Amino acid sequence: MRLRPGLVADYRSDVAIFRSNVQRFWFAVLMVAVVVLGLGGTLPLIPGLVDFSLSGDLLLIAVSAAFASIGAIGLNIVTGFAGQVSLGHAFFLGVGAFTGAVLGGTEVTRQVVDLSTGQFVERTLVVGYRLDLIIWLPAAGLAAALMGLIVAPVAFRLRGLYLAFVTLGLVFIGDHVFREASILTGGVGVGRPAGVPSLLGFRFDQDGDVFGVFLQKEQKLFFLGVALLVVLGFVARNLARSRVGRALAAIRDRDIAAEMMGIPLARYKMIAFVVSSFYAGVAGALLYSAIGHLEPGTFNLLLSIEFIAMVLIGGVSTVSGSIMGAVFITFLPKMVKWLAGISLFGFDVFGFISDSPSGGFVNLPQMELLLFGGLIVLFLILEPLGLYGIWIRIRNYFKAWPFSY
Amino acid sequence: MTQFLQALVNGVSLAGIYALVALGFVIIYKSMQVLNFAQPALLLLGGYWVLYFATIWDLPFGIAILIGAALAALTGVIVERTTLRPMVGKPVFAVAILTIGLNTVITVIALDLMGVETRQMGDPWGLKFVQFAGLNIAHRQIAVIVTVVLLVSLLLAFFKFSRMGLAMRATAFDQEVALTQGVSVSTVFAMSWAIAAVLAMFGGVFLGSGIGLDRSAAVVALKALPVVVVGGLDSIAGAIVGALMVAVAETLAATYQPQYATFLGKGFSQLVPYVVMFIVLLFRPYGLFGTKEIERV
Repeated sequence: MRLRPGLVADYRSDVAIFRSNVQRFWFAVLMVAVVVLGLGGTLPLIPGLVDFSLSGDLLLIAVSAAFASIGAIGLNIVTGFAGQVSLGHAFFLGVGAFTGAVLGGTEVTRQVVDLSTGQFVERTLVVGYRLDLIIWLPAAGLAAALMGLIVAPVAFRLRGLYLAFVTLGLVFIGDHVFREASILTGGVGVGRPAGVPSLLGFRFDQDGDVFGVFLQKEQKLFFLGVALLVVLGFVARNLARSRVGRALAAIRDRDIAAEMMGIPLARYKMIAFVVSSFYAGVAGALLYSAIGHLEPGTFNLLLSIEFIAMVLIGGVSTVSGSIMGAVFITFLPKMVKWLAGISLFGFDVFGFISDSPSGGFVNLPQMELLLFGGLIVLFLILEPLGLYGIWIRIRNYFKAWPFSY
Repeated sequence: MTQFLQALVNGVSLAGIYALVALGFVIIYKSMQVLNFAQPALLLLGGYWVLYFATIWDLPFGIAILIGAALAALTGVIVERTTLRPMVGKPVFAVAILTIGLNTVITVIALDLMGVETRQMGDPWGLKFVQFAGLNIAHRQIAVIVTVVLLVSLLLAFFKFSRMGLAMRATAFDQEVALTQGVSVSTVFAMSWAIAAVLAMFGGVFLGSGIGLDRSAAVVALKALPVVVVGGLDSIAGAIVGALMVAVAETLAATYQPQYATFLGKGFSQLVPYVVMFIVLLFRPYGLFGTKEIERV
């Protein structure tokens, strides 16, 4: 048995998180690699030729990628596992981000002249309570989950395609509320300071020694992100292989049939929405906490589409796929920039991509959008399983090597 | 009273634009059960073709519209052939998300062609208006209403009397049976995309007339989606009734909300279509005129 990794003999091993010791080994290798990268080490991708290390701005992008992965897993729970298309992920991210910012952020005040007395008075522009991460992070998740709970009844009253529209409306309504509630959000174009990542007094946003090792703030945040991602990733994986996950898969494949088999649709759709929004809330709060500042205009339809792209490009209804997709999409701007700089034999291959906002055929942000859209279309047509599917195919090729079938 | 009537007039002309975009949506949905989220992008691109020929080439506006319509139809057919055709038989959600991807791509291309500043349409109506019983009615508003009535009657006649229209109705009724009766379903698909793209182009032309076309047109076009939901995804009459309801509610909110309900915030009228959609869906999950889905397990 041990020599037949593809062979599944009983149900227990079919739903196991790691199907074989080989998988355990590679997971350990991956974790070691991530830790090495986080400590500033260099990994030889192709020994002697291509090295990879997280230096400079790459580290901050990696931090965002880790946090975005959490959000992508969340969207994958509702869209991938339960098959309910949600265009409203940006709304839940926003709820989490602003809850985190209000509870964990600093207050912004301004001296204004009171016209009736002529005295200077402090006026609060944006509220903030400066609580600890251990309070604001779960609170951000719970606030978003609560919103999910409120939306869920609409979701199980509506079937299929109509749900996509409702969640689309949710983004617009959320956007409006975020813009108008300026005492909480700072208002459009101004924004507010995000939640401070300090866990029981330990600051993730300041350089300092940890167990005698000097770490930059980005490195600390990176480890925070990876740790949370591993925990929440395993939670999602467990959810998927448990009773809930099987019920969700049944609903995705055919909801009426699932109902016939005794699965309460309303309850399970609600669970999917609540858990998904919890992940979104946590991701939203952390994403902007790493940047330090957030603005209400960010939580629009485009952000939702970005997360849908992560899930689709990564791989629908797989946890590892969501992570791959999130990493890919977060690094996309960097890759586009790198592509724009390539020249082959002195010829500027991607000369049509220009650095300046007006020159060239497309500028960098436009090229990113083109790639988002283009990749969604291409992956859906050519590889519906996403990067995860490509990975499975490569793996199977080498498993059967040298026999191709 | 004048204020109310003025809001009503503005609402009806806005409804014309929504109806154009929504009709294209319904036609595509009826013929191939695809939610076409790319409609706003087709509107931008179509509007751009017309303004390109009307202002850069200085052609008469009618000819510019003809060329624009031809190009829009061509865009629709190309999009259908290259990206939607391989997805036939795939889950509806996958196809819906694919059109979101398409929308992103086409919008970038259209905006890139258009540039950052607002572009004049080169239309003959401009900002001129007539006064009637104390109401200001812009020439373009009259043009919208006349064009929509003309286009809708043309479309209905086309569906009712032409061979192609019959084929489209047959496909909408039952795709497989239509195939066995010798209807070329692939031509029907291409045709419905062409019609939808042309309708979206007219939407773009009227959105851009007078004030000019810019990126905000895509946001307006997106509001055709709640319109379709209010009317029901597969009902042509629903698209028109939905457009009227949503647009009139929106203009009424734009007129009265700043005075009477300031707590709802600036620009609340932009949200009204979505609010109307929520309310209608709560009571009628398939829209006002939508067919209730009957499924077999």
